[in-house]
Amino acid sequence: MNKTFNIIIVGVGGQGLITLNNIIARAAFYEGYDVKTSELHGLSQRVGSVETHIRFGKKVYSPLVINGTADLVLGLEITEGLRAVKFLNPKTVFVVNNNYISFMENISKKEIEEKIKLPVGSNLRLILASEICKKELGKEVVSSIYLLGYCIFKNLIPLKPDSVLKAIKETMPEKYLELNKKAFNLANSND
Amino acid sequence: MGKNKKVLLGNEAIVKGALEAGVSFVSGYPGCPSAEIGDEFGKIAKENGIYAEWSVNEKVALEAAIGASFSGLKSLVNMKSFGINVCSDSLFPLAYTGTKAPMVIVVADDPSCWSSAQTEQDSRGYAFLSHIPMLEPADPQECYEFTKLGFEISEKFNTPVILRITTRVAHQRMPVQFENFKKENRVFQKGEFIKDYKRFSTMPPRVLEMKKELLEKIEKIKQYAEKSKVNKIESPRGPTPGKLGIIASGVAYLHVKEALEKLNLDLPVLKLGFFYPLPEKKIKEFIKPLKKVLIAEEVDPYIEKEIKILAKDENLKAEIFGKDILSEIGELNQEKLALALAKILEIKYIATLEYIATLKYIATLEYKTPKIIDSNLPNRHPQLCSGCPYWLAFSAIKKSAPEGTIFGGDIGCNMLAGVSPHNIQDYLFSMGSSIGIGHGIKKSTNQKVIAIMGDGTFFHAGIPALINAVYNKSNLLVFILDNRITAMTGLQQNPGMGKTGMGEDSPMLKIEEIAASCGVKNIKVIDPVNFKELENTMKDFLSKDEVSIIISRRICALLAKKQQNE
Repeated sequence: MNKTFNIIIVGVGGQGLITLNNIIARAAFYEGYDVKTSELHGLSQRVGSVETHIRFGKKVYSPLVINGTADLVLGLEITEGLRAVKFLNPKTVFVVNNNYISFMENISKKEIEEKIKLPVGSNLRLILASEICKKELGKEVVSSIYLLGYCIFKNLIPLKPDSVLKAIKETMPEKYLELNKKAFNLANSND
Repeated sequence: MGKNKKVLLGNEAIVKGALEAGVSFVSGYPGCPSAEIGDEFGKIAKENGIYAEWSVNEKVALEAAIGASFSGLKSLVNMKSFGINVCSDSLFPLAYTGTKAPMVIVVADDPSCWSSAQTEQDSRGYAFLSHIPMLEPADPQECYEFTKLGFEISEKFNTPVILRITTRVAHQRMPVQFENFKKENRVFQKGEFIKDYKRFSTMPPRVLEMKKELLEKIEKIKQYAEKSKVNKIESPRGPTPGKLGIIASGVAYLHVKEALEKLNLDLPVLKLGFFYPLPEKKIKEFIKPLKKVLIAEEVDPYIEKEIKILAKDENLKAEIFGKDILSEIGELNQEKLALALAKILEIKYIATLEYIATLKYIATLEYKTPKIIDSNLPNRHPQLCSGCPYWLAFSAIKKSAPEGTIFGGDIGCNMLAGVSPHNIQDYLFSMGSSIGIGHGIKKSTNQKVIAIMGDGTFFHAGIPALINAVYNKSNLLVFILDNRITAMTGLQQNPGMGKTGMGEDSPMLKIEEIAASCGVKNIKVIDPVNFKELENTMKDFLSKDEVSIIISRRICALLAKKQQNE
């Protein structure tokens, strides 16, 4: 990998963005990459829009991804996925959980879907991660790990499944480990 | 990859550095983006023979550390930007007395105000005001190294050292190389306060002697800074295009490096690890061969101003760029730096319109603008969590307050009173100010005032304001949202909980008893689930001639969930 790989994770505060950010950073480090991430805590975390930045490669200085320069946008919620189109360039892949957390403004999910399809086009992967995890594992909360699994097994993030699993083990509390490993591997079996 | 390398958050790296330096006394007040420092110490203190506390506010936190330092214990104080305003009253005399055992004070600013109301404060100015050395790390590796260096400088010169970080440093992760460190003594070792009036008491006329000693000390530290490796010059391999050099501090240095790579430029860079005192000789030596210098610093132009004075005094002819190109508002990034460099060097650079708009003026160059798509979505503002007891309390306040009531806002989760659907906030300033300002409005008008404040904020700065209101015969209504914890910053213990920062049992202080002893006559503690009672009490108290207080008491929903999982 010659170029620095830029990931943006977006979602709503409380969806586990920081954990995901931490897992990817650790996995990149295990593979010998230099890595920098940036995240936000506090007020911005209270059910508001949250965005974390991850960059890995040979040598990385800044922890921030500039608009129009993301290689991958990982959206844990569809409205927040739409909000992240500012990071888009013609090559950016969008992996978005087709899950809608409504807020004050009256916009329908269908409208959001149409709005995000327009600019992202064929690079958009809308995944029913919440539904799949609920059905298969009985827990919606691991949908972010499922999405991460999807990105890894589809080679949308240039990291190996083993390093990510090792990072999951390092990051997750013991009692949730099995469930998260299952969610990660589920993305390999589900096509 | 050595086994002593781990991905760490900036704040985690500070804890690691402090542990290695042998810190044994930690105090602070939780704020964003510094809270994880105190959280982490709370967890690991006992097993490492350290004493750690969440203090009631930053002033007492600093004072506790001063006591520890005078008694021979190495200390670390942690706070967010506004914390330094609160503790400054004791910070300034501390520069005069100096420390006995070393002390590092971590102050975390929040450029772009990601998690801060109040102001976009640049706390670096306090270094000039107080004459306290200040170091500025750019990333977690430097957080670790500069914390250790801070203790070293403090030990060598008997001065506190401020470690100034920002959100993008505190909440940045990267692989950090550190030493395999094992603490030998895992039992908390007490010190001894040895009396030394001349040293610890700032009584005049001694105070002016102390000032003289302080200024002499700063001169010595300046010499030290001149030789320090953390102020480093990176020379280009070839000739310098446009004879342009860059002086960078903090996280702006990372953006500079990234921008240079992007533009394929090799320029000399002076990276300043010291903000105060500045290594003037090194700066002069750096500027001398240059025709142009860009100062890359976030928010206020402190370094730029210092360097402009220096250049004038030394008759250096280089043209100095800074806030004439880079905005004083908001954080920087590599794109803003790349644009600034392209502008100064008059080279073509394709940038996005959005970033061009952040430049103060645009050169005669033409910029092509790649298309950035805007989602045009309305903002998803921060909100109360689902199940938060404040939903009920806000709703009761809104329902029972007569038209025209003034709602005073305060800091913490309760400040969400200002957003939709609540919209009950007519002013918002600083910790405790809902009562202080509310009292002033009450005295100046015939309008009704409700000051809305959380439990943590009440303990922090609400009590003197409450006493003032009672003493000066106000009749505002103080509405305390007591959710049994300091929630916004990530669930930290406070005096109302009966638990210390290290998780030990302690006396549970009751807000109603404090209010009673402050002379408040109308006091009621209500569970907001009893909505009707809350409404009726509000109506009753709003018609009183004295100060009234309602304590709406129900546990934070996140805390309740956490306790269930434990």
